Amino acid sequence: MRREIRIAGFGGQGVVLAGYILGKAFALYEGMEAVMTQSYGPEARGGASSSNVVISDEPIDYPFVLEPDVLIALSQEAYTRFRPTARPDALLIIEEDLVTPLESDRALRVPATRLAEELGRRIVANIVTLGYFTAATGWLRRESVEKAIENTLPARIVPLNLNAFARGYEYALAGERVL
Amino acid sequence: MKGRAILTGEHFMHGDHACTEGAIAAGCRFFAGYPITPSTEIAERMAQRLPEVGGVFIQMEDEIASILAIIGASAAGTRAMSATSGPGFSLMMENIGLAVMMEIPIVIVDVQRGSPSTGLPTLPGQADVMQARWGSHGDYAIAAYAPWSPQEMFDLTVLAFNVADRFRIPVMVMSDEVVGHMVERVVIPPEEQIPRWERKRPTVPPENGFRPFLAEDDDLVPPLAHAGEGYRVHFTGLTHDERGYPDMSAETHHRLVTRLVEKVRRNADAMIRYEGYGLEDAKIVVISYGCTARSARRAIGQARAAGIPAGLLRLISLWPFPEKPLRELARQAEAFIVAEMNLGQMICEVERYVAQPVIGVNHAGGAMIPPAPILEAIEEVATRGARIGRRKASAG
Amino acid sequence: MAHALVAEKHPLDDLIRTDRMPHIWCPGCGIGIVMRCYAQAILESGIPVEQHVIVSGIGCAARTPGYMNLDSYHTTHGRPIPFATGLKLVKPELMVTVFSGDGDLAAIGGNHLIHAARRNVDIKVICINNFNYGMTGGQVGPTTPLGAKTTTTPYGNPENPFNFPYLLAAAGAVFVSRWTTIHARQVKEDILYTFHKPGFTFIEVLAPCPVGFGKSNNIDEGVEEMWLYRRRCVLAGRVPDETPWEALQVDLREERPIVVGRFVDEERPVYRPVRLEDKPSEHRG
Repeated sequence: MRREIRIAGFGGQGVVLAGYILGKAFALYEGMEAVMTQSYGPEARGGASSSNVVISDEPIDYPFVLEPDVLIALSQEAYTRFRPTARPDALLIIEEDLVTPLESDRALRVPATRLAEELGRRIVANIVTLGYFTAATGWLRRESVEKAIENTLPARIVPLNLNAFARGYEYALAGERVL
Repeated sequence: MKGRAILTGEHFMHGDHACTEGAIAAGCRFFAGYPITPSTEIAERMAQRLPEVGGVFIQMEDEIASILAIIGASAAGTRAMSATSGPGFSLMMENIGLAVMMEIPIVIVDVQRGSPSTGLPTLPGQADVMQARWGSHGDYAIAAYAPWSPQEMFDLTVLAFNVADRFRIPVMVMSDEVVGHMVERVVIPPEEQIPRWERKRPTVPPENGFRPFLAEDDDLVPPLAHAGEGYRVHFTGLTHDERGYPDMSAETHHRLVTRLVEKVRRNADAMIRYEGYGLEDAKIVVISYGCTARSARRAIGQARAAGIPAGLLRLISLWPFPEKPLRELARQAEAFIVAEMNLGQMICEVERYVAQPVIGVNHAGGAMIPPAPILEAIEEVATRGARIGRRKASAG
Repeated sequence: MAHALVAEKHPLDDLIRTDRMPHIWCPGCGIGIVMRCYAQAILESGIPVEQHVIVSGIGCAARTPGYMNLDSYHTTHGRPIPFATGLKLVKPELMVTVFSGDGDLAAIGGNHLIHAARRNVDIKVICINNFNYGMTGGQVGPTTPLGAKTTTTPYGNPENPFNFPYLLAAAGAVFVSRWTTIHARQVKEDILYTFHKPGFTFIEVLAPCPVGFGKSNNIDEGVEEMWLYRRRCVLAGRVPDETPWEALQVDLREERPIVVGRFVDEERPVYRPVRLEDKPSEHRG
C-alpha cells in the first residue's frame, strides 16, 4: 500500500531534514520501501519549501508525491500553497500557532515551535512534529525514528533531538489518537 | 586519521552521494569538476570524502579543464572521475576523443537536466544519451550506463570504473536529475564483494622494447604503462602506430580506429547490462531506462493486471546497446514502445533491430514521465493494434 | 699525425627519439634549439630521466614531446596545462614540464594558463612564442603585434597582443623569464633553475618562424631574426621600477628594444591538494 507524505514550511524550519529522517526510519528500520524527494534551486530557497516521502510495502516506481495522504504544514504559506495538492480527506497536521486552517478542514494541531522553545531550541520544532506524526498515525514504531535520529545527526545534538521527538510523541498521546 | 573508504551497510542515501560512494568504493582517488546543477552534490561530497581517504579533489576552471585533469590523473595511474550535466558534458566532448585515442580510462557522470542549452537546470532530462555515444568527432566507441535508483548510482559507478580500466575506454554514467536527487535505500556491500577489474599492465621491463599500443590479446586491449614507470611512452591524439608514434598514413589510421571500435564490439558482452520484467510471454514490449523505466515498470504492472501481456526491457547499459535481447524479443513481440524523456533518441536504436512497429512515448524533459501515458500507449496498442510507423505520444 | 675524433654516441641520444628523425620543423625554425636546451637541462638536473614528464597541446612547439624520449603526452589544443595538473597531483614526485606554443597556451588555452598560475600548481611551462600559428600556415595569434600581417590579417592585425610576462606576473606565476633562441645558455639555465623552483614557472622563448610570421613581415630568414635578436635584445632592469611592464611588449618589426631577462622570481604557497593530516582536528568531518 502506497502512502504519500508532504512536509512543508518556510526555509529554515528543517522540513528536508524531517523528511529525510522519516524516510530513513521507514526504509532502514521498518522494512518498508521509502523515497524522499525535494524541490531544488533558487525556487526552493525562499517561501514555502517542502520535502516529500513516499512509503510502500512494495518497490516504489514513481517516486514523487502526487496527492499527499498526509500534509504536515509548519507555516501559513506552506498550508495555503500545498493544501490544494493534498487529498480532500488527507490527514492534516499543522503548526497551530503559525497556521490557521480552512474552516472546512479538520486538522490536528501541534504547537511544535512552542514545545521546541520549552526545550530551549526552537530549531527542533521539525523533530517535535515528527514525534507527533509518529504517535498520531501509528504507521511506524517510535524506536525506528529514534534510531534514524541517532544515525543521522551529529552525536552532540542527538539528545536534544530525541527529547524533541519524545515531546511531540507524548503531546500526541495525551490528545486523541485519530487513526 | 583516515576515514573509511567503503561505507559498508544500509543507508538512506541521495543519488548523487551514492554515486560518490560508488566511485570511492571502486578506488577512485582523483576528482576534478566544475559546479553544475544537478550534479554538484557529487563534487561537494567528493571534496569532503576524498581527503578522508587520501585522494585528490580539485575544482577546475571549467569542464574542459576537468576532463583533461582526470585524463592526466588516470595516465599517472589513479582511477579518476568527473561529474557534470548537459552544458558541461558538451564542453567535455572533444576530449572524450582524446581519452579514446590515448586509451586512458576515465569515468564521467552526466546527471542529465532539461536541455538544450541552459534549459532546465534543476529539472530532469534524458536527451544526452545520443551525445554520450556520438558527441565527439570521428568514429569511436564507449560504454554508458543509465541508473534508475540511488542503489544503481552506486553499483553502476563501480561498474563504470571496472569497464573503463579493463578496456581502456571512457565510460559514462548517464544519470538524470530525478535519480541524482532522489533519496532511497542504498546497500553498500563489504569490500570483498565489490568487484574489481584491473588495468592490463606491461609484463616486460622497459628496456625490452615495450610497444605501448600493440594489442596482442584477443580482447584488443594493449597494456597500459603509467607516467613515471620508466617506459617512456608517447601518447598522442594523433593517429599513431603500435609504438605510439604519430603516423599520418591512411593504413595506420584505419587499423587504429578499427581496433578502437572493434575493441568495444568484441568485448560488448562483458559491458552490456539489462533487465526484464514480465517478458516471458510479452506481446507488447516497453523499452525504457533511467528514471523513466520506473514509470514503465508501474505501467506494465497495471497493464498485466488488466490482462494485457506487456513486459519491460530495461536498458541498464545504453552503450553498448543490448541488441541481443531485443532481437530475441522481436521473435515474440507484436509491438515495441520506447519511453524516454527526450523527443526520440534510443528509439532510433530500437528501430535498427526490429521489424515490428515501434511507438515512442516521449517528453522533452522537465518532469519525469509518469506511468499513465505509457499505460495509455500499451492499452492503445492492445485494443487497436499498433499502427505502422512511429507515434509521438505526449506525456504532458 | 692527426686523429679523427669519433663520437659513437651523443650525450643527448638517450633523451631524443632518434628513430623519429627527421622532425617536421621548417628550416630556420627556433623550436629545436629550445628542445635542445630542455634536453640539456634534464641531463644536468640530477633528476632521473624516468621522473621527467613532458606535456604539450597542439602546434609546432607541441610536437616536441614526440621527439623527447620521455613519458610524453601530446594532448589537445590548448589543454596541456590541465592535463599536466591532474598528472602532477597524482604523482607529485614527477617533474612535469609543459612545452607548447603561444597560440596553444595563451589563446585557446589562455584560461587554463592564468588559473594554473593563480593556483601556483607545481608545473614548469616553456612557451615558444613565434607570434603566429605556424602549423596552420601563419595566422594571427594572441601575441601577433598590432598591425602585423598574417594570412588572416592581410590588412594588418587590428588587435592588441598579450604581453606574456605582464600577464603571467599578474596571474601569480612565481617565476617568469623571457629569452630568445640566441640565448641558448640562459634558456637552459632557467629551465634547470625552474626544475628546482617549486610552483608555477613560466619561461617565454622568442623563436623565429620564417615561414609563418617572417615571410609576411619582412624577416625572411630564421638567421635574419637571430641577428635581429642579437642587435635589439636588452637585459631588463628590476621590474617594474627600472623597467616598466609596458616595455616588455614585443614588436619584431620596429626598431625598438626587445627586453629579456628574469622578471619574476618569488615565493608563494605552492598548490597542494587538501590533506587531512595538515588540518587541525576540529576541521575533520
